[in-house]
Amino acid sequence: MKIKLLAVSIVMSVGLLFSFARGQTGQAPNTCVDCHTMLGAPYDSIVTAQQSDIHGTNDINCVDCHGGDPTSMDPDQAMSAQAGFIGKPDHEEITQLCAKCHSDASYMGDFDPSLPVDQLAKYKTSVHGQRLAQGDAKVAECASCHGAHGIQSVKDPRAAVYPLNVAYTCNKCHGDPEYMAGYNIPTDQFQEYQQSVHGIAVLENKDLGAPTCNDCHGNHGATPPGVTSISQVCGTCHALNQQLFQGSVHESVFDMMDMPECETCHGNHEVKPVSDAMLGTGVRSVCMNCHAEGDEGYETAARMSAAIDSLSTAYDSAQVMIQTASAKDMPVEDLQFNLRKVRQDLIQTRTMIHSFELSRVRDEKKTGYQAAADIIRQAKSLVREYYYRRTGFGIFTLIITLLAVLLYLKIRQIERKQQRE
Amino acid sequence: MSPKHDATLKERTTRWMQERYPLDKVTGFAEKKQVPLYHGTIWYYFGGVTLFLFLIQVVTGILLLFYYRTGADQAYESVRFLMTEVQFGWLIRSIHSWSANLMVFAAFVHMFSVYFTRAYRKPREFTWVTGMLLLLLALAFGFSGYLLPWNQLAFFATKVGTDIVGVVPVAGDFMLNLLRGGPNVTGATLSRFFGFHIALFPGIFTIILAVHLLFVQVQGMSHPLGAEEQAPDKTMPFFPNFVLRDLLLWLIVLNVLALLAVFFPWELGQKADPFTSAPAGIRPEWYFMFMFQTLKFLPAHILALEGEVVGVAGFGIAGLLWILVPFLDRKSEKGRKSRKLTYIGLVIVIYIIVMTIIGYVLS
Repeated sequence: MKIKLLAVSIVMSVGLLFSFARGQTGQAPNTCVDCHTMLGAPYDSIVTAQQSDIHGTNDINCVDCHGGDPTSMDPDQAMSAQAGFIGKPDHEEITQLCAKCHSDASYMGDFDPSLPVDQLAKYKTSVHGQRLAQGDAKVAECASCHGAHGIQSVKDPRAAVYPLNVAYTCNKCHGDPEYMAGYNIPTDQFQEYQQSVHGIAVLENKDLGAPTCNDCHGNHGATPPGVTSISQVCGTCHALNQQLFQGSVHESVFDMMDMPECETCHGNHEVKPVSDAMLGTGVRSVCMNCHAEGDEGYETAARMSAAIDSLSTAYDSAQVMIQTASAKDMPVEDLQFNLRKVRQDLIQTRTMIHSFELSRVRDEKKTGYQAAADIIRQAKSLVREYYYRRTGFGIFTLIITLLAVLLYLKIRQIERKQQRE
Repeated sequence: MSPKHDATLKERTTRWMQERYPLDKVTGFAEKKQVPLYHGTIWYYFGGVTLFLFLIQVVTGILLLFYYRTGADQAYESVRFLMTEVQFGWLIRSIHSWSANLMVFAAFVHMFSVYFTRAYRKPREFTWVTGMLLLLLALAFGFSGYLLPWNQLAFFATKVGTDIVGVVPVAGDFMLNLLRGGPNVTGATLSRFFGFHIALFPGIFTIILAVHLLFVQVQGMSHPLGAEEQAPDKTMPFFPNFVLRDLLLWLIVLNVLALLAVFFPWELGQKADPFTSAPAGIRPEWYFMFMFQTLKFLPAHILALEGEVVGVAGFGIAGLLWILVPFLDRKSEKGRKSRKLTYIGLVIVIYIIVMTIIGYVLS
């Protein structure tokens, strides 16, 4: 007991000293910081974290969330209920506590007018928010993702909610089978996402433009997209594909059969890089998951696949011909520029697949195919020109050499004549 | 039939000309002119080769002008059009570029042969001086022409090259602005270089070349040192013997030129982009390499002066002494060869070769 009293006395004395010093510099006293700093680990870590976070750097202090009287040197007074001290807020209270400021548009406008103030409203619509309202203490609230002390702006690469870190943050709960037990949802999303075209772009290539969890599921209003709204989600980025799909015969059929739109062919978390083999009637064709030989879809798939293959082959041939001409030091810059256009046509033709209309795919293919044929023709002409130049040189050098020999003979003739004279 | 009708066409033409112009004086002069025949006769041909390559430059240059458009937004495109769309455009440009390089090379050989045979001695001091001016102009032709296609390498090489002019004390800034048409290499620089390359330099060059050739014709070929007192043992008539041999060599040079142009066509590269960083392998044309490499080797400061300033001043003084060599060499006038000057010449040749090789190896 004596030791405890001694410790408190020492802390208070040092606290006084700090207050005195601060009084001299004109700063407001903050006995929360003074005491927590003096108490050392683990009590001081929240002080250092808070002081460098987005709140601390904007002069939002302990009292603004926890209440209490930071001017009092008496711990009992400073952390009394009369002074409004709430201590560590309960799990259920946190969203309301944060919303006190973050839902106040005029208050938030002083710091960042562009910051949304509807986080709580959205949160309430989310699975997390709904479960929290039902008393589920395990679901995520603000601090679960943003942290409590040490919160950084979403633009700060250190923040847990920075786009490149979001997947890891979500996976902390969603990838833990023990924690997620009882929710009846898979826990391997991260593993699937990690190997997907999107996951590789974000996690390996650090591509901020590629989607992470919240880009499809939402953040504060996080929810799994419904079967019929998947194309809306994918269409956020893949707008043309979405537009084509929504105008296609497949949209109503998929909806009727309760098949998720884009996901049926491309998957969800494990979206793999697309390939031409996904189309047509081969073993890797996704068309064959529903269609079979003899039906109209089978025929269309085969013909669309043939159109893509022929354009792709034409593109490859044009590329090879350009390389052949280039290896002969012929100027191929213009052809290389045109080849980029063919590549664009190829991409557009592949995109047109989502209309599932053979005529539209063929029309799109035609432009690229014609351009590729032109490139091949011009590259061949350059190769011919290469040999033509060499032949021309051969003839030229033959004539010049002949002239030189004749001239040499003439000189000899003249000099012999001169010698005789 | 009157005798008039018996005459051949050649005779009639000659008579027609003779009645109007003193042709016999010219032919008489050419027939009397003799070229000394000795182990060094071969060197007499290099002046003619340089002249031949200059004529090729004039012809191909005019053809290039039909398509070339100056200006930062058109120059590169016009050269590319010339090379890809115009019939034989690639050949004309390739010949122009190769011929320029061969011309500078032939001019260097010509200059050193004159130096080592002391052909510059009295009475040919001004033939040497005009020759040196022609060489300097040829280098200026090369430097200005290099920029005209407005490609990356040329742009940055010109930037580096003109930067060197800027280090000249007192007048450096003025000269830099004069050359570039502003503080930086821009479209204004291109327009200036184009003007220099196709109007100013050809004009001056033609006048000096005429004087140079006039001196050569009036004074004849220089005889080997010490042979002037007595008539040289062997000679050959300038016309037709030497002229026909000259012609034979020109045909051989034309063949070599065609071979280089067809098998090693001059590349165009990427269009100049002032906002990108300098590409790797920036280097001047080979005939500037020894000077460029020397400047690179010089320390940042020599005594109280900047290394580059010392280098530029050094080359300036050396060039001036080189031009004045006929007036400094007293021995050759008396028919004796100065060993010291031979050694100096050898050291210069070796220095140029070694520094050029180092320049290419290091870059």
